[in-house]
Amino acid sequence: MEAQVVTETNYVTDPLLGPALITLDHIHKTYQMGDVEIHALRGVSLHIDRGEFIAIMGASGSGKSTMMNILGCLDKPSRGHYYLDGQDVSKLSRDELADIRNRKIGFVFQGFNLLSRTSALENVELPMLYLGVKTAERLERAKEALDIVGLGDRMNNMPNQLSGGQQQRVAIARSLVNRPSIILADEPTGNLDSRTAVEVMDVFQRLNQERGITIALVTHEPDIAQYARRTIVFKDGRIKNDYLIKESRSAREELESLPPIEDDEEDDE
Amino acid sequence: MNLLLTFKIAIRALGRNKLRSSLTMLGIIIGVGAVIAMVGIGQGASASIQSQIANLGNNMLFVMSGSMNTGGMRGGAGSSNNLTPEDAVAIELECPSVRAVSPGVRANGQLVFGNLNWVASSGIQGANEKFPDIRAWPVSTGEFFTEGDVRTAARVCVIGKTVADNVFADGDPIGQTMRIRNLPFRVIGVLSSKGQSAYGQDQDDTVIVPYTTAQKKMLTISHIHQVMVSAISPAATFTAEKQITDLLRQRHKLGPNQENDFFVRNLTDVAEAADQSSKIMTNLLASIAGVSLLVGGIGIMNIMLVSVTERTREIGIRMAIGARSAAIRRQFLIESVTLSVVGGALGILFGVGASIIISTTLGWPTLVSPVSIFASVIFSGFVGVAFGYYPARKAAGLDPIDALRYE
Repeated sequence: MEAQVVTETNYVTDPLLGPALITLDHIHKTYQMGDVEIHALRGVSLHIDRGEFIAIMGASGSGKSTMMNILGCLDKPSRGHYYLDGQDVSKLSRDELADIRNRKIGFVFQGFNLLSRTSALENVELPMLYLGVKTAERLERAKEALDIVGLGDRMNNMPNQLSGGQQQRVAIARSLVNRPSIILADEPTGNLDSRTAVEVMDVFQRLNQERGITIALVTHEPDIAQYARRTIVFKDGRIKNDYLIKESRSAREELESLPPIEDDEEDDE
Repeated sequence: MNLLLTFKIAIRALGRNKLRSSLTMLGIIIGVGAVIAMVGIGQGASASIQSQIANLGNNMLFVMSGSMNTGGMRGGAGSSNNLTPEDAVAIELECPSVRAVSPGVRANGQLVFGNLNWVASSGIQGANEKFPDIRAWPVSTGEFFTEGDVRTAARVCVIGKTVADNVFADGDPIGQTMRIRNLPFRVIGVLSSKGQSAYGQDQDDTVIVPYTTAQKKMLTISHIHQVMVSAISPAATFTAEKQITDLLRQRHKLGPNQENDFFVRNLTDVAEAADQSSKIMTNLLASIAGVSLLVGGIGIMNIMLVSVTERTREIGIRMAIGARSAAIRRQFLIESVTLSVVGGALGILFGVGASIIISTTLGWPTLVSPVSIFASVIFSGFVGVAFGYYPARKAAGLDPIDALRYE
């Protein structure tokens, strides 16, 4: 490994436990911008196990967005291999990648990216439409996902009738409705005020702790990264730092210590 | 990803922007509606001309005697006495394009039955037994007179519907004796209703008698006024016209420099020309309407292209959550086909409604044919595919990362 890695985890794959959820093997990504070649990733190797909660950090231009696109199967590495659930997805076709994204990856974006003029319920149903889930099951699962994020009573609202935090929670419900292997969240709190950000982080933490869902979170805010359990820092297209967080922040506890706000009461279960 | 689900996705997407969807459809609605209404007007005109042709008789021509010229004063067509029953017989025997012939004699006069009297506006017509066939005008009750009646100049008559209604208002005219120009005639038949002629004359207001009776007992003449000719086919009316002209010139001993002393009127010819022009009109109207349909189609493409750009982010979201390119392409294609087919269906209603309004308010006959409806549906579906394909392909070809980043 070329990168300077400060590691506290043991990446050796246990043959009895099977392969890690995600294994990146010397991933390179170069873009051609006119005559200039841009090396966005320069040999990234990484393991992510099931149930991890990872924060990916780095300054802009460090390669973390490229990393996110490759992890999310939105982009293919120029070199190297990407194993997701034991399957090498680095050489798949566009359509095969679409299927992988549909079944194995849930996306949460900074700008929420909900379909406008579409109810929360229909937004959450969308990934299942592309999977071909039957209507009754689709409805049931969408409602369940909205219940998990605490929006069971808002499912018929349009995005413009929901607050930013609520919209982001709809997006989280959408990301988990197809029971993905991993949820990738790209700056999910970037557009939210600090209290709402904590609320959203609470949803992620609960999903991770109570349901064992693997989450990778891209952020440039160190205090948001503190909610995760492991941090990977990118710099110049390489992993500069990869360490476990000894004492993660608990969004739940922080919320409880904050004075209650009437609007956000539905968050409390 | 099955088609039904894509359909559901497309319908939801359309429903999300109802105003845009309905404005887009408006182009197709007007286009299809215009095609149906215009073709309806054209075909209605054509059909009414066709029925007038059928009304005229079977591929009919009229031969009229020429103008009488006495001391430089010309009397106009039909005024001379040079057309004879023998001319009529010769036309029937010697012109191969002619199928049937009847001499024609015209008279006017009062009809009297009991205390009712009447003057038939279409006059008293003398003809032979082939009249119903040549004019395509059968009797509705009773019967027509026979060859024997013509030979013996019998005092029998067949009356038109208007005469029957007015002179025999209370009872059955068959077998009654009616006085025509003070001569008693036995009514043996009533003609079926023929309605107005192309010039608004009530053709049913007439009495038909054997032409011999009219010649000898009413007018005491030996010539006839006209010959009614039926050609073997509509196209044969032209050759029949030529054959009749040649024959009569020969029979009337006209030299090469002399003018015809008779007129041949090819009614079918005139009607066919009218029919032809109405068909040209139909095509013209249909092509103008077709252009508006095309413009409607381009409108759909325009909106779909704008929509692809406007919805780039939506496409990115769909791709990120696992829509294949084909699913995106199908969604946009189904959206445009749905717009055009639903627009087409509404256009049919609009077109049929417009036709009905036109025919009731303007009194123009319109005829909406199933063919034009069927063609409109097919064409609007085709418009949807043709003009939706390019935007759909453009949408499907987007890169998900770029599409998600699109502002």
